[in-house]
Amino acid sequence: MSDQTTSGPVLAADGTPLKRSLARALRLQKMRALALIAPLLLFVLITFIAPIADMLFRSVENQIVSETLPQTVVALADWDPTTGEAPDEAVYRALAADLKVAVEDKTHTRLGSRLNYELTGASSLFRKSGRKVKRMDLESDTSFKEAFTDIDRKWGEVAIWETIQTYSPKYTNGYFLNAVDMRKGPDGPEARPENQQIYMMLFGRTLFMSLVITMSCIILGYPVAWLLANLPTRTSNLLMILVLLPFWTSLLVRTSAWKVMLQQQGVINDTLVWLGLVADDARLVMINNQFGTIVAMTHILLPFMILPMYSVMQTIQPSYLRAAKSMGATNWTAFWRVYFPQSVPGIGAGSILVFILSIGYYITPEIVGGNTGTFISNRIAYHISSSLNWGLAAALGAILLAVVLLLYYVYDKIVGIDNVKLGG
Amino acid sequence: MAALTPISRTPVSFYVPVVALTGAFAGLLVGTAQDNSLIGAVLGAALMAAVAFLMTSVIGQEKASRWGLTALMLLAGFAIGGIPGAVIGALFGWFFGWFTFWLFEGRYRARIAPYLTPGQVLWHFAFRVICGAIFVFLITPILVVIPLSFNAENFFTFTPEMLRFDPAGYSLKHYEDFFTNSDWQNALRNSLLIAPVATFLSVSFGTLAAIGLSQPHVPFRRAIMAILISPMIVPLIISAAGMYFFYSRIGLQGTYLGVVLAHAALGIPFVIITVTATLVGFDRSLTRAAANMGANPVTTFFRVQMPLILPGVISGGLFAFITSFDEVVVVLFVGSAGQKTLPWQMFTGLREQISPTILAVATILVVVSIALLTVVELLRRRSERLRGMSPG
Repeated sequence: MSDQTTSGPVLAADGTPLKRSLARALRLQKMRALALIAPLLLFVLITFIAPIADMLFRSVENQIVSETLPQTVVALADWDPTTGEAPDEAVYRALAADLKVAVEDKTHTRLGSRLNYELTGASSLFRKSGRKVKRMDLESDTSFKEAFTDIDRKWGEVAIWETIQTYSPKYTNGYFLNAVDMRKGPDGPEARPENQQIYMMLFGRTLFMSLVITMSCIILGYPVAWLLANLPTRTSNLLMILVLLPFWTSLLVRTSAWKVMLQQQGVINDTLVWLGLVADDARLVMINNQFGTIVAMTHILLPFMILPMYSVMQTIQPSYLRAAKSMGATNWTAFWRVYFPQSVPGIGAGSILVFILSIGYYITPEIVGGNTGTFISNRIAYHISSSLNWGLAAALGAILLAVVLLLYYVYDKIVGIDNVKLGG
Repeated sequence: MAALTPISRTPVSFYVPVVALTGAFAGLLVGTAQDNSLIGAVLGAALMAAVAFLMTSVIGQEKASRWGLTALMLLAGFAIGGIPGAVIGALFGWFFGWFTFWLFEGRYRARIAPYLTPGQVLWHFAFRVICGAIFVFLITPILVVIPLSFNAENFFTFTPEMLRFDPAGYSLKHYEDFFTNSDWQNALRNSLLIAPVATFLSVSFGTLAAIGLSQPHVPFRRAIMAILISPMIVPLIISAAGMYFFYSRIGLQGTYLGVVLAHAALGIPFVIITVTATLVGFDRSLTRAAANMGANPVTTFFRVQMPLILPGVISGGLFAFITSFDEVVVVLFVGSAGQKTLPWQMFTGLREQISPTILAVATILVVVSIALLTVVELLRRRSERLRGMSPG
């Protein structure tokens, strides 16, 4: 009996080996946990992750040229734009055939506006040709080249053909090149002319302003967090309301409040004029520029800086400071060498949070930013709703997303996503 | 906090100059407003020095002299600038009375450690003043909106009538506009139709998942958590762009359902964070005890686990509600005119600068957010008490 139990595996009550039985229990537990999570995971995947993936796909997708002009793209494949001559008759014939179909499906105008992003004038060219191509007869007409150049002499030039050829593949990096102020040339990517470069400037401005906002939040948030962490609980709870109230107040309310405060006939200017510090005819311009955006966003994001700082500072023992002072440190040395290093995690957590939030802000810059205080997100919104260049919007969004995800990764490494705290 | 340092009266050579200096600053403000900074500063300094000396050394009685000063300043202010002047005068009078005796009796020293040097004491109070200024920065914009919403004119700024406290300068017409204008009422109705449904979706899915996530063995926990939290991290404009593209592909763009689903997705991280935080302190042996006594998992959940984590669930729900109720970027893209919500209407109004009705709405929303803040704070304290994490 005894040698049996020592040699064989330990058995559970039902006779299976204990190891297997435990493994099964663990597996069951894992399955149950996953089953609880699965509905939400599925929900988020469909309503949120799929849209993001779709956006990323759109930033490289370029099927419209090859779908609308299938024969032309094939015929154009062998054409060499460096010769400086327009393609031969076969290509024009293919174009006529494709356009006839496209006009019936009414897709030629969409193609026109797509190519217009790359070559100005393409949109009107396609609309004009669409109207006239109906009168062409594929069977009897002989010279399509002549017919097309009669419609518009642009058809006889290299530029339009080059654009069609460049954008004929199904996937393109054209949008991304556009998003970094470059364009697809015949021999690879090239820089756009100086006067068309705006996106790098916008990205730079977005980063710069987010940094300024983060810095101002640190400067304003640190003393307040220190005070809250060092006051008696009852007082600090009362003062905490002053931090949490802005945090809970609607973003639109705070933005409109800043519009009220900052505009030329606004509260700040009125007070300054009343005090005689500013002449009535020389009221300060504080809105519709970078200053307005920075002030308003610092106010809006300040609670996101104070709350993480506060929760870190709460854990720092006040006795450390006293110990440093008793050993002869001056106030400044005690703070800088003892207190500050311990509060750095709070600053780090708050800064990354504020930076992530500010880099993608849309509403506040749109309302108080004017022309000089807008962010890259305002440009994305413009491309979605006004210029309808969705591919470019998606590419700009993808770049912004990459920056944010990088920061998110850093945040996760430093703070851990599980440790995000809300409302104190 | 009890007094740390024994206090004694300070000499005249200390408190009179300090009060005079403060008086000079106040005089400078008043003087600048009357186009004469220098005379204002000198007069203010002289006046306040004299007042401080009179109150402490001649009258001596604290209560009587402070009330007297307040009344005198109120009358003086009224004589110069009518009702606004009287209010400012009374405030100044109250402040200088308090300030003088605070310094004179040495009260300022009572609550700080006895070993501090005068320089450190000065820094201590200078720091408080700086923090006070930051709190003013935080709260003023919100407070300024409230009186402006009662403006009788269609301006975004204080009119002379309002500053004179003339009743004619105030009215409820912007509130009336909000409650009668069909645009605003439609927007309010849409907001109230969308937010609760989105909240319900995110709370029910979110709570289940949070319970799953807080089990001891969850495979790919970090990855799952990262995906579930991502709607909070990804910039709204990117979520909005993605949802706009994707939802228009599957025909949800511009529909009520589309907006609800989008808002539910945005609210989920908040539910997950608050509920998992509550579950950290949850005693697992309670569910085992319930199972032991024959309760099935569903009963255990509703009778044992749910009541204990309810505060976390409710505050997560409130976060999700406010996220949806306050959201404008996503609804701007995913919604169509039929789903115009309150923030959307405000956004349009702000861009086109139509009327101060926006400020009336803002005031109502501030009141709502104060109510929500109170509820969340009470819940948080209750939850901490339930879990024995804090004494009160």
